[in-house]
Amino acid sequence: MIAKTSPEIGGLGHSVKRKEDLRLIQGKGNFVDDVRLAGMVYGQAVRSPFAHARIRSVNVENALALPGVLAVITGKDLEKAGLAWMPTLFHDRQMVLAVDKVLFQSQEVAFVVAEDRYTAADAAELVEVEYEELPVLVDPHRALDPDSPILREDREEKTNHIFHWEVGDREATDRTFQQAEVRAQVNAIFQRCHPAPLETCGCVADYNTGTGRLTLWLTSQAPHAHRTLFAIVGGIPENNIRVISPDIGGGFGNKVPIYPGYVCAVVASLKLGRPVKWIETRSENLQSTGFARDYHMTAEIAAGRDGRVKALRVKTLADHGAFNAAAQPSKFPAGLFSVCTGSYDFQKAFCEVDGVYTNKAPGGIAYRCSFRVTEAAYLIERAMDVLAQELKADPAELRLKNFIPPDRFPYQSPLGWSYDSGNYAAAMNRALEMAGYQELRKEQAAKRAKGELMGIGISSFTEIVGAGPAHTFDIAGIKMFDSCEIRVHPTGKAIARFGTKSQGQGHETAFGQIVAQELGIPVADITVEEGDTDTAPYGLGTYASRSTPTAGAAGAMAARKIRDKAKKIAAFLLEASEEDLEWEPGRFSVKGVPGKSKTIQEIAFAAYTNIPPGLEAGLEAVHYYDPPNLTFPFGTYICVVDIDKGTGETKVRRFIAVDDCGNIINPMIVDGQIHGGLTEGLGIAFMQLISYDESGNVQGGNFMDYLVPTAMETPHWETDKTCTPSPHHPFGAKGVGESPNVGSPAAFVNAVVDALAHLGVKHIDMPLTPWKVWQILKQKGVVD
Amino acid sequence: MAKTQRVHVKLNGQEREAEIEPRLLLAHFIRDVLGLTGTHLGCDTSNCGACTVILDGRPIKSCTFFAVQADGRELLTIEGMMRDGKLHPLQQGFHEEHGLQCGFCTPGMILSAYALLRGNPSPSEEEIRWGISGNMCRCTGYQNIVKAIQNAAAKMQQEGVAA
Repeated sequence: MIAKTSPEIGGLGHSVKRKEDLRLIQGKGNFVDDVRLAGMVYGQAVRSPFAHARIRSVNVENALALPGVLAVITGKDLEKAGLAWMPTLFHDRQMVLAVDKVLFQSQEVAFVVAEDRYTAADAAELVEVEYEELPVLVDPHRALDPDSPILREDREEKTNHIFHWEVGDREATDRTFQQAEVRAQVNAIFQRCHPAPLETCGCVADYNTGTGRLTLWLTSQAPHAHRTLFAIVGGIPENNIRVISPDIGGGFGNKVPIYPGYVCAVVASLKLGRPVKWIETRSENLQSTGFARDYHMTAEIAAGRDGRVKALRVKTLADHGAFNAAAQPSKFPAGLFSVCTGSYDFQKAFCEVDGVYTNKAPGGIAYRCSFRVTEAAYLIERAMDVLAQELKADPAELRLKNFIPPDRFPYQSPLGWSYDSGNYAAAMNRALEMAGYQELRKEQAAKRAKGELMGIGISSFTEIVGAGPAHTFDIAGIKMFDSCEIRVHPTGKAIARFGTKSQGQGHETAFGQIVAQELGIPVADITVEEGDTDTAPYGLGTYASRSTPTAGAAGAMAARKIRDKAKKIAAFLLEASEEDLEWEPGRFSVKGVPGKSKTIQEIAFAAYTNIPPGLEAGLEAVHYYDPPNLTFPFGTYICVVDIDKGTGETKVRRFIAVDDCGNIINPMIVDGQIHGGLTEGLGIAFMQLISYDESGNVQGGNFMDYLVPTAMETPHWETDKTCTPSPHHPFGAKGVGESPNVGSPAAFVNAVVDALAHLGVKHIDMPLTPWKVWQILKQKGVVD
Repeated sequence: MAKTQRVHVKLNGQEREAEIEPRLLLAHFIRDVLGLTGTHLGCDTSNCGACTVILDGRPIKSCTFFAVQADGRELLTIEGMMRDGKLHPLQQGFHEEHGLQCGFCTPGMILSAYALLRGNPSPSEEEIRWGISGNMCRCTGYQNIVKAIQNAAAKMQQEGVAA
């Protein structure tokens, strides 16, 4: 347990109200579209109406003739500058502006710059592009068919196959299956969806011709990495690039990649010597930027008749769209999908993934997800329910029987992960108790007897977050450490800067609490700053629930360096030896001498005014934290649904979420994260879908077609916690932002399938729309 | 530049006037012409509600409303919510109940809640959820937004003030 500081200090465990709120509730935030610079002009992309087409010509004359239009940039222009293509974050390249052909609907073809937004939009309409339509590949299962078109003619290998990746012991797994008493199989599609943060992507690129410096305000979850990539790809010296990630209106992984619009805005600013703003519309955001999932998965479990699981076999087809623009660590083509053995003690496992190209928007990004862990958790939690159905076992009991027991941690999973800590039964039992599980089962039986449809779904997920150890994890070559720099001012106030970037997670408050805990400086006296690459230490940014495991840890370590120096100063001031001093939050005292002590504020003042001989002045430290392992948050979710037979509509009656994210910085913020993640899970399970028709026209391209939950569909979430600290994190935290989004889709789907299980239903693919459920009811003869 | 038209509005109690294109959307008028950036745009199709402002006492989505339609009328945006230099009870409620995370939906959400409480000073949870159903939030899951509005409603009842 971590000693709790006073509320005034507000260290770990206090529900400190958020500092960032005050500007945001007054409309005084500073989002990218709020940035206004003298002489600023506006960019607008011209996009392809076709999913696959050759470009015969691009005529910009009429657009350029429109008064107020300053430039029209085409793929050919970029080609001359060597910028028609840019690297993706995952061993592939992507067109910035199309030169010869387009590969997905809404792909960027040209970029218009004008004095104002409306003129830019007018001019985009005046750019004439002549296309010759080509055969379209939409279905990933047809990607490798001999009669399918080869999409990426630019690649040496003339195939739509991107990668094959496998992990585990195939032969031993196959042998276990041959001898298995019971087998369960599920074929599940985790549909293509989009994070759709409420603020779309955008930037303001300001190249100053006087100084030669580029300042780039960017909707970026990883400003430092983006600066480096702009330097490498764009050839601008890195010291001449300043990326500022201001207030970000939600990210959820959507704001990790570099998009063509950013590059075009930079090119336009270099060309014009004026600041260029580019802000996506919602349609552009949904149709062209990083989608998530699109995993077509099969899981098989081999088990004994006693219900003990023995082996897991997983085969997956991954649709990456036109370019492999996955944002994930470079050694992991399927991210951390191999955590798919979940919370269960499988002896053998084998997992393989093949990635293919299709004529769809490029991706896929980690949508509120630590690199495909959402797909993995969904798959295993669905498969466990299918096994329970096979065995006619209770899904809760089956899980309890197969959990990795607490005394097996650190646990080596058969697919190579070392789980840091866990107590899965504790979270499950708490959730069962909160739900009143046995009573719910009785109610369900009674309802079934009356012909009513009620279902109970359980998901006992294990996450893998906090990437990650530098020996294994990098993005585009940059190791996935993170950082913190703290400066304590003479008056005892402090500023702490981090290499991460909050997009609503509340770092300005929570990260201040970490420093407050370690130094005893009240959280109110600590300013937290992120997102300005000129001032913050280098870090890899905020996604994959990595901020607390990496940058948060760096904050504690930097603060401890400061405390070590403060101790030397205190010893000097108190005329005592360091060994005779003891620490309580905010003060060093001489052991056994009441009243003989110095506060951290007095020590800070002395660091600048009364410096001990032999010590450097000042009180600051920087720490780059390379975590020794990932962290493994977990939990059990229980969902109770009622299905309306007449409409097929599912009502989520109750949802119980017991999370274990180790030690907690700010309980209020953690609960808020869980509410939000569960709601996104609800959206994914019931509505969020980006689909394409056979011509490659995107069907979920705006908020009229791409449905996300409103307050009406969203239930009241019932939350609780268990606490199993991470043994290797400096203050035992694990990270939480994504757990609810990772763990909940299976709970929703398991509940709906459970409601229909007596009809012989074993699986339904998301989203579980009323239409889809009603069709099943009709097919099963429940309704006419 | 197309033909322009003079538009006059009373924005947060102040008389404002500008010469604008008739096609200019109210949201862009408020943000780009009048310079108040607390009103956000999230979707362009009037689904998300980030651009909600109060026009003559009623909430509208300013991304699908022409600025010229607001001529001669009264507008309230998030910047006009403070009272006597103090936060409006709704603003306080959102802070106290952790009713915001990224903050992008917050101005529109607060203004929808304001309109709700003007018509119904002590709404039920169901009525609150209906009242904000035209405003999307991708971060909070709405639960703490509901609490924030309940917090504000209780405070205003206690203090005997209207929204």
